[in-house]
Amino acid sequence: MGTEHVIRGIGVSPGIRIGRAMVYAPGAGTEAESEASGEVNSEAELALLQQARQQSEAQLLELAERTRETLGEEQAGILSGQAKFLADPAFYPPMEKKIREEGASAQAAVRAVVEHTAGRFEALNNAYMQERAADIRDLGQRLLTHLSGEGGGMRLSDIKDEVILVAHDLAPSDTVQLNKQYVLAFVTRAGGKTSHTALLARSLGIAAVVGAGEQTAAIADGDWLIVDGAEGVCIIRPEETTLAQYRQRQEVSEHEERELEAYRSRPAASQDGVAVEMAANIGTVQEAEAAAERQAEGIGLYRTEFLFMDAKRLPTEEEQAEAYCTVARQMAGKPVIIRTLDIGGDKALPYLQLPKEENPFLGYRAIRIGLDRKELLLTQLRAILRASSEGRLKIMFPMISGLAEWRQAKALYEQARTELEAEGVAIAAPAELEVGIMVEIPSAALQADRLAREVDFFSIGTNDLVQYTLAVDRMNEHVAYLYDYFHPAVLQLIHRVIEAAHHAGKWAGMCGGMAGDPLAAPLLLGLGLDEWSMDSGAIARIKQVLSQLDSTECRKLAEELLELDTPDEVRAALSQLMTTSNEQIQQQ
Amino acid sequence: MVSTTLTIQNEQGFHVRPAQLFVEKAGQYDAVIKVKNAAGDEADGKSMLELMTLGLAKGAEVTLEADGPDSEQALRELTELIESKFGEG
Repeated sequence: MGTEHVIRGIGVSPGIRIGRAMVYAPGAGTEAESEASGEVNSEAELALLQQARQQSEAQLLELAERTRETLGEEQAGILSGQAKFLADPAFYPPMEKKIREEGASAQAAVRAVVEHTAGRFEALNNAYMQERAADIRDLGQRLLTHLSGEGGGMRLSDIKDEVILVAHDLAPSDTVQLNKQYVLAFVTRAGGKTSHTALLARSLGIAAVVGAGEQTAAIADGDWLIVDGAEGVCIIRPEETTLAQYRQRQEVSEHEERELEAYRSRPAASQDGVAVEMAANIGTVQEAEAAAERQAEGIGLYRTEFLFMDAKRLPTEEEQAEAYCTVARQMAGKPVIIRTLDIGGDKALPYLQLPKEENPFLGYRAIRIGLDRKELLLTQLRAILRASSEGRLKIMFPMISGLAEWRQAKALYEQARTELEAEGVAIAAPAELEVGIMVEIPSAALQADRLAREVDFFSIGTNDLVQYTLAVDRMNEHVAYLYDYFHPAVLQLIHRVIEAAHHAGKWAGMCGGMAGDPLAAPLLLGLGLDEWSMDSGAIARIKQVLSQLDSTECRKLAEELLELDTPDEVRAALSQLMTTSNEQIQQQ
Repeated sequence: MVSTTLTIQNEQGFHVRPAQLFVEKAGQYDAVIKVKNAAGDEADGKSMLELMTLGLAKGAEVTLEADGPDSEQALRELTELIESKFGEG
């Protein structure tokens, strides 16, 4: 037992969890073993290697089969592809040769060939091929796990004790296997805030800290851990006093969660009965399940880019239609807003080979790609329309800067509709399928009155709207402090967009981070926001806050806030209001 | 031994899927199949890993060599596969 030790990473999924560590490190612990072996019995090593290969292959094929059911063909293809590499003449035979001719141990042979092969992929001048090195290493780890004999048959889905999982990194296909009943939290060495795995953890409600770095090596199997997924902290082998402190915090937060639970099934409305629509942001079919469980009243933002980013090539119209159908059915008649492909910027698609840009966020991205490579957008629009008979779908175009782009995009939508009608495909009637835009460029917000005459709805994307309005890259640590959606200039744009929508008899929503911030709730209610879309985990809390608010008071408050000078003044006014309202909650 | 030189026309070049299709086809023949890139690097036509690491992108020139009893047919079928852009459409 060592002493208490605190490590820090990025908190990506909130929650305080206390439990024993399970170190998921396929292939770990084999280093010492192979170094210790002086004499190597080649025949025995060959037999071990052969066995590890068979086990790995069986495991991969089974995993591929299960993945096909849960995540679809593309994800499954990655796994069955790895099984194919196992049989490759440039992979397995060289390992045998190393054992036979160089007297290497099975482990050493696997490591040497894996590193050599991965190195060859990394040397290629092509991002897609360089990423295949990770597949090769993954496969090598699997072989090493079986060779080491420890955890050989370990599957994440088989975890049947309450544990906190510690891993180098978790692939999305690992994460979806996690049973949230047993996996209390996970801590990974690698990974970032916007990774697919982080998003999945949030929607599954598993507390998570990623990017905790080298220090995760200090965690041993069975160590007691405290994970604080909101703060991004992991405490290894905590002292009694620390444990007591966190147990108390855990109790408080669990108490709060239970209280929030009561709000799940209630409609979202203010104290005086003004109802708003509470929707969820999702990127995958799994997240739609979580959203449905958490009583989201719809999907306010379905980020379709994951469908494209997880694939090795452009998903076909059929593959896309299948995914959209699944989400539509999952939401059982509740509205689902599908945002068309938003790539470029920081989201690359290796197989499209988009050029590197000096200024990607001001460059070739989102609708600009869709209007330039029309076949891409047309295919997606056809796929959405095909799925439109399965539920209440809506279409949203990202990064619209003005009327010309909107009209071009709308024309493509009309074209897709005409084509499918001519082909005799059953699709939703025009009046049943709303088509709108995401407002995230200041020029669109400034022209909102004109756009509102033509679109069916607006959804305000605050993340980009703030970045473009304030000219701040929030990833740049030197200027990130300027990034603030409470900036009065941003508030004025939001106000303008909502007003314009209402004036034209349309509705306005918000799908950026601001919609899920309890502090922003009085302001957004006051501004008259109709639809609020956020991580499904935040819905209950926002409903709770809303239920304490009076819409008339909030309207007055919003008018006052619009007249303030700085973001700090806005925050201060809102914080003061929240303190008062929290006191009211506690008194009840 | 028979050989031919042609140009890769599919968008993705020798990515996983095309490499897999090539290897599956090549594996149907007894002939030894060699694939060379313009720089002269050589890959076993029955190994996905070697084919992929040749770095063959769209527009790259590639030389196929087949040696064995069924080499003529192997070469014909493999050429067709490349020219059909691996069915990428």
